[in-house]
Amino acid sequence: MSFTLKIVLAVLGALGVIVVVTSFERPPVNVVQVGQRGTAMELVANPRALAARAPRHAVPEPTPPVDAAGQKASEVYENVQVLGDLDANAFTRLMIAITAWVSPEQGCNYCHNPENLASDEVYTKVVTRRMLQMTRTINASWQAHVGQTGVTCYTCHRGRPVPEEVWATDPDPHRTRGIAASAAGQNIASPAVGLSSLPHDPFTPFLLRDDPIRVTGTRPLPHGNPATIMGAEWTYALMVHFSAATGQNCTFCHNTQNFGKWESSTPQRVTAWHGIRMVRAVNNDYIEPLRPLWAANPHGPPERGDATQSRLGPGGDPWKVSCGTCHLGANKPLLGRSMLADYPELNAVTLGPLRSAAR
Amino acid sequence: MAEYQNIFTRVIVHGPAPYPGVPLPKGDSPRTGAASFQRVLGKIGDAQLGPIYLGWLGSLSIVCFTVAFVTIGLNMWASVGWDPVQFVRQLFWLGLEPPPAHYGLRLPPMHDGGWWLFAGFFLTASILLWWVRTYRRARQLGMGTHVAWAFAAAIWLYLVLGFIRPLLMGSWSEAVPFGIFPHLDWTAAFSIRYGNLFYNPFHALSIVFLYGSTLLFAMHGATILAVSRYGGEREIEQTLDRGTAAERAALFWRWTMGFNATMESIHRWAWWFAVLCPLTGGIGILLTGTVVDNWYLWAVKHGFAPMYDPIVPGMADPAAAAGAMR
Repeated sequence: MSFTLKIVLAVLGALGVIVVVTSFERPPVNVVQVGQRGTAMELVANPRALAARAPRHAVPEPTPPVDAAGQKASEVYENVQVLGDLDANAFTRLMIAITAWVSPEQGCNYCHNPENLASDEVYTKVVTRRMLQMTRTINASWQAHVGQTGVTCYTCHRGRPVPEEVWATDPDPHRTRGIAASAAGQNIASPAVGLSSLPHDPFTPFLLRDDPIRVTGTRPLPHGNPATIMGAEWTYALMVHFSAATGQNCTFCHNTQNFGKWESSTPQRVTAWHGIRMVRAVNNDYIEPLRPLWAANPHGPPERGDATQSRLGPGGDPWKVSCGTCHLGANKPLLGRSMLADYPELNAVTLGPLRSAAR
Repeated sequence: MAEYQNIFTRVIVHGPAPYPGVPLPKGDSPRTGAASFQRVLGKIGDAQLGPIYLGWLGSLSIVCFTVAFVTIGLNMWASVGWDPVQFVRQLFWLGLEPPPAHYGLRLPPMHDGGWWLFAGFFLTASILLWWVRTYRRARQLGMGTHVAWAFAAAIWLYLVLGFIRPLLMGSWSEAVPFGIFPHLDWTAAFSIRYGNLFYNPFHALSIVFLYGSTLLFAMHGATILAVSRYGGEREIEQTLDRGTAAERAALFWRWTMGFNATMESIHRWAWWFAVLCPLTGGIGILLTGTVVDNWYLWAVKHGFAPMYDPIVPGMADPAAAAGAMR
């Protein structure tokens, strides 16, 4: 073997080792069988990866309980619209908690005018009111998805005024102009779909609109199933998002030999089905209607601190919620620990219509 | 001769000057290009490069291929805003998509699938012209047309995927996009849409012939290399005048598995396995969507796949519950 050949082989070998080491997780991984043998219904978990992500899902210490003041918040403070039924001290405790959950750097003034705490002149206060109603609605009406664990502001916000994992509609899905072929919202390396070339905005059709997700036929022979192959790619893109958001593979919900069949799926698929509808309702009933407030304040409130990112996506629509917003890579947000139990105040939010958002 | 005992070609045999080839009959074009010996080529094949026979079939085929290739490439480049760096970086992600479903078989605007039809037309023309060329060149050399018919088997699969099946389904959107990852995405989505292609028996046959081809290829290549010290690489002579290489190769397989192919029949085995891979695969694709909508349920219906027990009893479609939301 010539010297040059040896050098070439050594370089190729070194490159191969680098690729292998940087592309793969090292074994061993834990594999749990969840379905019938031979169907590959297995859950794969890497204990080292789980340990590494644990700090991201740490639950903050609950604010110490307070004695009752004996007076309702609405009797002590002005312009308390959704938390008026709370005891005044419980109200203050919740205000402190919300500050720690949402705007720990910016403090109370992220939402309040320090000269007049009752004033609605800072738009974030109006947003927060709707978000409190949203939290209450999720905990009261969407237990099929959130169970008794429930959600708090922290489930999404994690100490950031704008949650980490949010999305906005792709303003230019075709990417080309004139006569050049449209890419039809796909065929580019996109982190939203695990760097695949699948459609890279699976959120707008499924988590804002209610386009059909199901593509697989339910009978052996043709029976008028209108789904297209491209439709299957859109659904696939949504499923890749689920997988990334929950840190699970397909078999967490599906018996992949027949994706569509509910009877051979796991109970998690039903939970996810409700989750899709919950996220859709959150985006349509709570996020989108607040668009004018963000449009009027695209860079946030005056006391935004370091949180200077735009409050609107590139297409001018507000940042919206996906599965990843709460889940952040864990199949149960905050690894299933309930913070709601420590904050019963969140269950006392008034759901009725708000007075005008005028200042 | 010990140089032959190697998995790479160590011996480069060539005459004193490049061989121009037999005289061509009336009506054929002249061959193109000067002939030369290339040492690097000699390591993997014949050291002689050129002359090539192009003719009008070959030339036209190359022109059509170039039109298709450039059309696909320019549309991919446009999809990253003509950024050369992103074009190279994301080359495997970029694609040229067939028209959306709502156009059916109508001619779509250029930006919405028209370029796909345009590129597909020229690619198909190029392939068919090249097929005629392989047939004509074989005939002109007095050969059989086995290569042309093997190529035709691959063209059958290509036409089923991009032309025949979309026609039967009534929509160009059923066809495969151009692009590395885009066509792989299509493959995965196609299988999911039509209820898991692994339960399609013709897909299964196609895989048998695909893997069978690799197995036969390895067995044959290894056998001939192993007896090349006895002149085994002279397979044609050994077919008619069986020498010690053929005898030893035959004995090896007869002793190890009881049966052996012959110096001639092994090539029929290889040809049929290779040809049947796309033939059966094309049938499987043709039946998908046209007469079968869900291959898994079809397999259950015909008793060659089990309907598995529920993982959890009582699992049901939440959308089917009374009063359920969409």
